[in-house]
Amino acid sequence: MSGHSTYEPKTGIERWLDTRLPIVRFAYDTAISFPTPKNLNYWWTFGGILALMLGIQLVTGIVLAMHYVPHVDYAFASVERIMRDVNYGWLIRYMHANGASMFFLAVYIHMIRNLYYGSYKAPREVLWILGCLIYLAMMATAFIGYVLPWGQMSFHGAVVITNLFGALPIIGTPITTWLWGGFAVDNPTLNRFFSLHYLLPFVIAGLVVLHIWALHVPGNNNPTGVNVKSENDTVPFHPYYTVKDGFAIGVFLLLYASFVFYNPNVLGHADNYIPANPLVTPAHIVPEWYFLPFYAILRAVPDKLGGVLLMFGAIATLFVLPWLDTSKVRSMRYRPQAKLYFWIFILAALVLGYCGGQLPDDPVIAQPSGLILLDADINSFVWLSRVATLYFFAYFWIILPVLGLTEKPLPVPESISEPVLSHPATTPAGATASPEKRG
Amino acid sequence: MLRKGIALAALGLAFLGSPALAAHPTPVLKTVAWSFDGPFGKFDTAQLQRGYKVYREVCAACHAMSMLSFRNLGEPGGPFYDPKYKNPNDNPYVKSLAKDIQVNDIDSDTGDAIQRPATPADRFPSPFPNEAAAKASNGGAMPPDLSVIAKGRTGGPDYLYSLLTGYRATPAGLTVSAGQYYNVSMSGDLTSAWTGDHHKVPPGGVIAMPPPLEDGKVTFDDGKPSTVDQQARDVAAFLYWAAEPKMMQRKQFGLGAMVYLLIFTVLLYFSYRRIWRNVAH
Repeated sequence: MSGHSTYEPKTGIERWLDTRLPIVRFAYDTAISFPTPKNLNYWWTFGGILALMLGIQLVTGIVLAMHYVPHVDYAFASVERIMRDVNYGWLIRYMHANGASMFFLAVYIHMIRNLYYGSYKAPREVLWILGCLIYLAMMATAFIGYVLPWGQMSFHGAVVITNLFGALPIIGTPITTWLWGGFAVDNPTLNRFFSLHYLLPFVIAGLVVLHIWALHVPGNNNPTGVNVKSENDTVPFHPYYTVKDGFAIGVFLLLYASFVFYNPNVLGHADNYIPANPLVTPAHIVPEWYFLPFYAILRAVPDKLGGVLLMFGAIATLFVLPWLDTSKVRSMRYRPQAKLYFWIFILAALVLGYCGGQLPDDPVIAQPSGLILLDADINSFVWLSRVATLYFFAYFWIILPVLGLTEKPLPVPESISEPVLSHPATTPAGATASPEKRG
Repeated sequence: MLRKGIALAALGLAFLGSPALAAHPTPVLKTVAWSFDGPFGKFDTAQLQRGYKVYREVCAACHAMSMLSFRNLGEPGGPFYDPKYKNPNDNPYVKSLAKDIQVNDIDSDTGDAIQRPATPADRFPSPFPNEAAAKASNGGAMPPDLSVIAKGRTGGPDYLYSLLTGYRATPAGLTVSAGQYYNVSMSGDLTSAWTGDHHKVPPGGVIAMPPPLEDGKVTFDDGKPSTVDQQARDVAAFLYWAAEPKMMQRKQFGLGAMVYLLIFTVLLYFSYRRIWRNVAH
């Protein structure tokens, strides 16, 4: 997509095609000869894994749509018919349902990799923003998809989430009415959600094309964060990274398959196997695990509008991250202080995820403290969420901008090849360096 | 770093699996060693047959299983599967089980509503014509459809077994209204109905279903002693099969998929080592 093309058409038909539609050249430059830093570790394999997961979700989803009935009276039964009477329907549905979780697991690792190695920094800001858009579209798609089986969690989850938009002043009510196709979550809602659930993955696919395009202009970042200086720093994408990504995909598929075949419902909620009943509200309405951190941020604020704004603010923050981080050094390998704050950030995100699955007023430690601060006991999940939410925002809006100006980073290597070549001890003669041991 | 990441991810997953902390005691959940546990677990055909009998003679009086057809009983993994009959609709035992049950139909000649003996292609008929009738006959509580109940309750078959064996005499100090029964495994919070020591609220909740099972209520054809415990175990296993009838195919397919993926991944690992052997990185 960029740089000098090394493709040479070898057959007559290739030469003929190359002067009319250079599609083979395009594929060759993109997936075969693309110069890639030779020091990418396993955290870089998740791009390939994500592409595969999108493909799996599209294929299984299209087959499921052939059998699914988007009607409040038939949706639940049609899903069960897929499980019982469609050939390998159980496999297709469990792949799709668990595929969503695996897709999010991979995207979170991919994003965390970005945060750690500073891949969002110049000249990759557009690449990062496109990634954020993909993530946003994934969240919309996953939420809408969870509504389709029309179980209890589907229905009440849809009520809770669509009502969030109602908190917005002036435009809130029209937006919810428009989302619902009426004045409550009902058949028109399910119908349009099905339509959107079929549409959005293709929007994601389009964004992925732009994402890869934007990747191929500056090329990959790498664990050192230093720019590629010479051809010596890179290897062609194929076979070096096709085989390395292939191996990582194999490991990832083993994890995915262990869920699909041996624990297909563990990531879901039992209540979604109860047909939707608007008159009975489940005891605890919880979203799927990948939304729990945002759910915790939402509930951390006593005011509904404030909670909604903060939750969307958490996502919006990601979009401006390239301009919040003031450090010139990309990789946190050379930023010992930033590294510490980064791991606390990961911990805060996990704590938020945990809090999202709990009842806000339940005590964190078994013994209640009895000390009421503002509206809740200090020993409650709502207060733990507040502390973690505070850190979540402070990390992006205070720590990263300030730290970049005040910290003294470690010396950064001259080039990608330098840290390897200057430490011959780590590379035994004749053996391969083990990238999996570093990172 | 990779190891640290994996450890953190595992920690995150462990967090997600942990139940919410509750101020009141959690309901009793007894864990049963099922024949279908684990990656190689299979359904116990004799148990499913006994379980079907419990469902048919006890539960079916109030509970529908609208997503099951009689033919499902004769499908691979099902209680009456016979490899001689690839098409379960031809299975004579399934046919005879279906024939004993009357289903609603329309006489195609006269248009009259009639009843006729079921065929394997028919769904299990529901005990009540509609939800209002079901509620009216059950003190206002709707007996839930049991088709996917084993997946629709946390704890699955363990929960069903615990509930069916969880009826106890109402403890002194607990107010239970008429038409309700105390059950140690029912979800709920009895704090408001409890007049005794607030640190000793009894576990469980109240349920509108009277104790459905009793010793000897069902006669098992294989001579298994018909205790409440045995009946509960067998019907819970049957309901798990009903909710997940393709479990055995799933695990069998899974074994092949895992072995294939493992070989594929190992080969890719060695290819990776070989391709990268001369690259310092």
